[in-house]
Amino acid sequence: MLQHHLSILTNAVFIENMALSFFLGMCTFIAVSKKVKTAIGLGIAVVVVQTITVPANNLIYNNLLKGGALAWAGMPNTDLTFLGLISYIGVIAAIVQILEMTLDKYVPSLYAALGIFLPLITVNCAILGGSLFMVERDYTFAESVTYGFGSGLGWAIAIMALAGIREKMKYSDVPEGLRGLGITFITVGLMALGFLSFSGIQL
Amino acid sequence: MSIKKTLFGPMFENNPIALQILGICSALAVTTKMESVMVMALAVTLVTAVSNFCVSIIRNHVPSAIRIIVMMTVIASLVIVTDQLLKAFVYDIAKSMSVYIGLIITNCIVMGRAEAYAMKNGPIMSFLDGLGNGIGYSLVLIFVGVFRELFGSGKLFGFSILPLTNEGGWYQGNGLMLLSPSAFFLIGFFIWGLRTWKKDQIEQSN
Repeated sequence: MLQHHLSILTNAVFIENMALSFFLGMCTFIAVSKKVKTAIGLGIAVVVVQTITVPANNLIYNNLLKGGALAWAGMPNTDLTFLGLISYIGVIAAIVQILEMTLDKYVPSLYAALGIFLPLITVNCAILGGSLFMVERDYTFAESVTYGFGSGLGWAIAIMALAGIREKMKYSDVPEGLRGLGITFITVGLMALGFLSFSGIQL
Repeated sequence: MSIKKTLFGPMFENNPIALQILGICSALAVTTKMESVMVMALAVTLVTAVSNFCVSIIRNHVPSAIRIIVMMTVIASLVIVTDQLLKAFVYDIAKSMSVYIGLIITNCIVMGRAEAYAMKNGPIMSFLDGLGNGIGYSLVLIFVGVFRELFGSGKLFGFSILPLTNEGGWYQGNGLMLLSPSAFFLIGFFIWGLRTWKKDQIEQSN
């Protein structure tokens, strides 16, 4: 049992890294990785939101949307899976909003640190992608908690690493046309190559 | 702004991927086969155009505090329709693209153009802006897709162009092209080329 969860976790963090092998959350990944400090803030915010939203969407999918899931309400033949996308994004938007308000009230220091990044997260593909992969792979509730945490962590590690590289790259002499966005893409490509070496790991 | 500039500007002058850093996620993931590239390009272009049109129509009736949720609802509904249509007519391709069709919702191009353009302009111009940005996005996708499929598996749209050695031909497929890093390199080179041509897009070094 523990081994199974450990394997989901390693898979989500390294082998199927959200950013480097599924290209999810790329827009923020490239746009907000100029400084290590902001990258860490955003990374933590993603881990927190992902760990909450994936299990929440798991509950919604299994208890409301899946074919036959509404049997408890006397409608065993209803299949609402087509409403999936809109429900997941609604749940994500709502949870981010609630999280923002709770943090503001109870942990103002953390709120100040994450402040600007929380609203950005709603439109981060990695968050919605996590929920969609969870549905596609038919995870149970416990598995979805592990997967949510792992995929968030993988994304966070990737953005921190990229920010570290970009901070160093300020000192390099990059060809004019490649400066900024272009070289960032190539760096990410090299990082993805590095992460490919994890793909042989079997747990 | 003239119609021509709205429609054709986003192709090279103000390309959503190469300059605005929007919509990169799906640009990379679906580009190993030209078939899925075309489906994705078409889906994104239509969703962007129609969502811009809808958002623009209701822009004067939506309080700005809840506009993000309203846009999200409009976009999510359009994507659900697209998803259902693709599943009905091209089931195999839709299946192979798995979650990436659903992820059009969070594709920053759709949201970004709705927020930046459709909230301020009339429906017809917004529709054209969406169309233009969709086409600009499609161009990059097609560029990456052609390279990856041609050099990776020697095919275009599933037809053999360069016969592979393991099928009795002469071309040794480049396996790297089928893996994820190649997409990053190709987009990096695309940007390099574009900026060598359009000098004013070069970023200042700091």
